[in-house]
Amino acid sequence: MAINWFKYSAPTTFYGLAGKLVPWFAVASAALFAVGLYIGFAVAPMDATQGEFYRIIFIHVPASILSMFLYLIMAGYAALGLIFNTRLSAMMASAMAPTGALFAFISLWTGALWGKPMWGAWWVWDARMTSELILLFLYLGFIALHSSIDDPRRADRAAALLAIVGSVNVPIIYFSVKWWNTLHQGSTIKFSGTSMHIAMQQAMFTMLAACWLYAIAVTLARVRSIILEREKQTKWVSELPEVAQGEGKQ
Amino acid sequence: MSLDIWMRENPLTYVWIGSYAVAFLVFAVEIVMVKHKRKITLQQVRLMHDVEQVEQE
Repeated sequence: MAINWFKYSAPTTFYGLAGKLVPWFAVASAALFAVGLYIGFAVAPMDATQGEFYRIIFIHVPASILSMFLYLIMAGYAALGLIFNTRLSAMMASAMAPTGALFAFISLWTGALWGKPMWGAWWVWDARMTSELILLFLYLGFIALHSSIDDPRRADRAAALLAIVGSVNVPIIYFSVKWWNTLHQGSTIKFSGTSMHIAMQQAMFTMLAACWLYAIAVTLARVRSIILEREKQTKWVSELPEVAQGEGKQ
Repeated sequence: MSLDIWMRENPLTYVWIGSYAVAFLVFAVEIVMVKHKRKITLQQVRLMHDVEQVEQE
């Protein structure tokens, strides 16, 4: 049976679907975090040169990847909303921004924690780190710009432009270690292969999957509130059981 | 004892508290904020819904 995906591009139908998906993504994410941490700390061996400090990468690398991908997806949704004037796209972009900002913050924070014992400095104005910091500011700018305009549709359009223009920063972050002579190391895992121990790879990819599922769960939960807020004047919202039944039902 | 010496003597504690505890605290704060936003939004929508019902009656 073919699924009509366009059906779920309307807030009316997407609201219910998101509500059903959130617990699945949340539980799967929690399970994968537990497995990833177990492999990362109990199975993966100590690094020959970095000692135990290298274990920061199991949260640092997934957070960095998520911060970049979430920005691109957010900009994609914002562009869809701007071009086709679709309500849900703009709502999705708004829902993703805080999560993306938090992943950018975690990436910078854990990077600093790793940098101190390895480089002897919490922070250097390296191209990779500086461009990641700019990414955090772009997220914060998107959130601030969106919340500073009262009319939600105008706010969507203004913030969408910022998101689209800012997306040029993502390839700069990714290629910065190739384009410039940076202190930050290049990718350890490449298409041509890797020298990384298999348990280290397993821990990193499990944590990456856990972060993805967490981001999806939180974004879907947040977008449900945004849909309710934006569509509160509509009949379908007033007919929702959680609205009609009053307190105690969320 | 300076932080430099402490972190080299307790690398796992440093990694756990400094990175993972902070990351999971950030996740916990985000989850609480999302739940709070949901609660507040539902309250506003219910209030509007109740006012509309009273006006209709």
